[in-house]
Amino acid sequence: MDGLPEFRVLTPRSVAAAVAAGARPGSRFVAGGTDLMANLRHGIGEPGTLIDLRDIPELHGIAAGPLGLSLGAAVRLAELAEHPAVAGPYPALAAAALAVGGPAHREAGTIGGNLCLDTRCLFYNRSAWWREANGYCMKHRGDICHVAPTGKRCHAAFSGDLAAPLLAHGAEVEIAGPHGLRRQPLGDLYAEDGAAHLLLAPGEFLLRVLVPPDPWPAAYAKARARGAIDFPLAGVAVALRLEGTGVTGLRVALTGTNSRPFLLAGTDALLGAPVDAGWRERLGKLVQKQVSPMRTTLLAAQYRRRVAAALAERLAGHLADAATP
Amino acid sequence: MTHARTSPRPSRARVRLFRLNGTDHAALVADNVLLLDYLREAQGLTGTKRGCDGGECGACTVLIDGSPRLACLTRAQECEGHHVETIEALAEAGRMSRLQRAFHERLGTQCGYCTPGMVMAAEALLRRDKAPDEAAIRAALGGNICRCTGYVKIIEAVQEAARDAP
Repeated sequence: MDGLPEFRVLTPRSVAAAVAAGARPGSRFVAGGTDLMANLRHGIGEPGTLIDLRDIPELHGIAAGPLGLSLGAAVRLAELAEHPAVAGPYPALAAAALAVGGPAHREAGTIGGNLCLDTRCLFYNRSAWWREANGYCMKHRGDICHVAPTGKRCHAAFSGDLAAPLLAHGAEVEIAGPHGLRRQPLGDLYAEDGAAHLLLAPGEFLLRVLVPPDPWPAAYAKARARGAIDFPLAGVAVALRLEGTGVTGLRVALTGTNSRPFLLAGTDALLGAPVDAGWRERLGKLVQKQVSPMRTTLLAAQYRRRVAAALAERLAGHLADAATP
Repeated sequence: MTHARTSPRPSRARVRLFRLNGTDHAALVADNVLLLDYLREAQGLTGTKRGCDGGECGACTVLIDGSPRLACLTRAQECEGHHVETIEALAEAGRMSRLQRAFHERLGTQCGYCTPGMVMAAEALLRRDKAPDEAAIRAALGGNICRCTGYVKIIEAVQEAARDAP
């Protein structure tokens, strides 16, 4: 890899100072940098200023209360996975945090960084000379998408793990920026466009993630090329509530398959019935219909479609088994 | 491997204070210098290896405040106020540490290139968990790739070091 491009680093100690710093043209926010440093070393982006958000106290800390969980955006993934207020009541979230990279990535990487992770693609996460030799691509410097050359948009896949369980739990995000604070559902942070998947205005950054209390039992699983360290080929979170043997609540969230993480639509049709083989098959079909993996990874798109469905079916089955005495 | 990159706006070097292998250290370093380059090129601490150089292999694992971190994805500037430890810090008075000795005696190293990273990742584990089980060792070394050993001897080395701990 190349060295880092020229930049200077600012380390604001308050939200207001970070917002002021974010008004500088060519500035970029960073926390753990496990993804951004690799991209910068690949010649992707040349921010004149990096604004390291980790010295801001408001971005730290995990608090649990009657309103649920409040997670600072600069909380490290290792911290998140081990915290008793997370690991006990929100096992899917802890599992997703533990499924990010290797131990050293989780010591540096943060919640905010994982939620704002850049999208990934075979034709994008490559060295500068590789991309130049390939004529670049729509996401950076070029104008076509090598994955779908006749298409109009970039198909790079969102590959953050945390988004899936947080969507399944109905999390919201608090965003700071030049126009003050705003709070919105996590899902509204994302758009289905690999080159513009984050709906953050210039100068905005994540402050906190808020997860509602009394979560439904949930689980997260991902398929990946290397078990010990890898981005998801498909990542699935399932939250399932049962009364007796009938499903009274179901939320399924997917990551790694599309340019954004998303909540599966149409799960209401699966309510009221027990989780049996036929039910699982219907869930799997629903997943297959809504995911749209493209040739952005070394593994085939069709494999990712089927593995996403298989994971959803398996997780729902495990959750139902665990709930049935 | 090129590290030269022309830019109209050179990053200014500033003095950053941190601890390096147990000693207070003042580093005159530009904001865009990687910890890996600082350790190897400026400090001559070449025990920290440049492997994949892209955050995927663990060969450049060092400890920052006792936690494993990848020096190829970390800026030297980020270390201000923290304690950076490299493989060079483990030997005491010229003698290998218990963990290093276990890697040596259990043949946990072959070509040796991944070894400093493996040892530092294992060191971080053993400081936190004096008696890790095999699953914990495998998890702690999950980010470190070895192309020679097949990992079995490495895991045995960490188990032996844990067993021999006082």
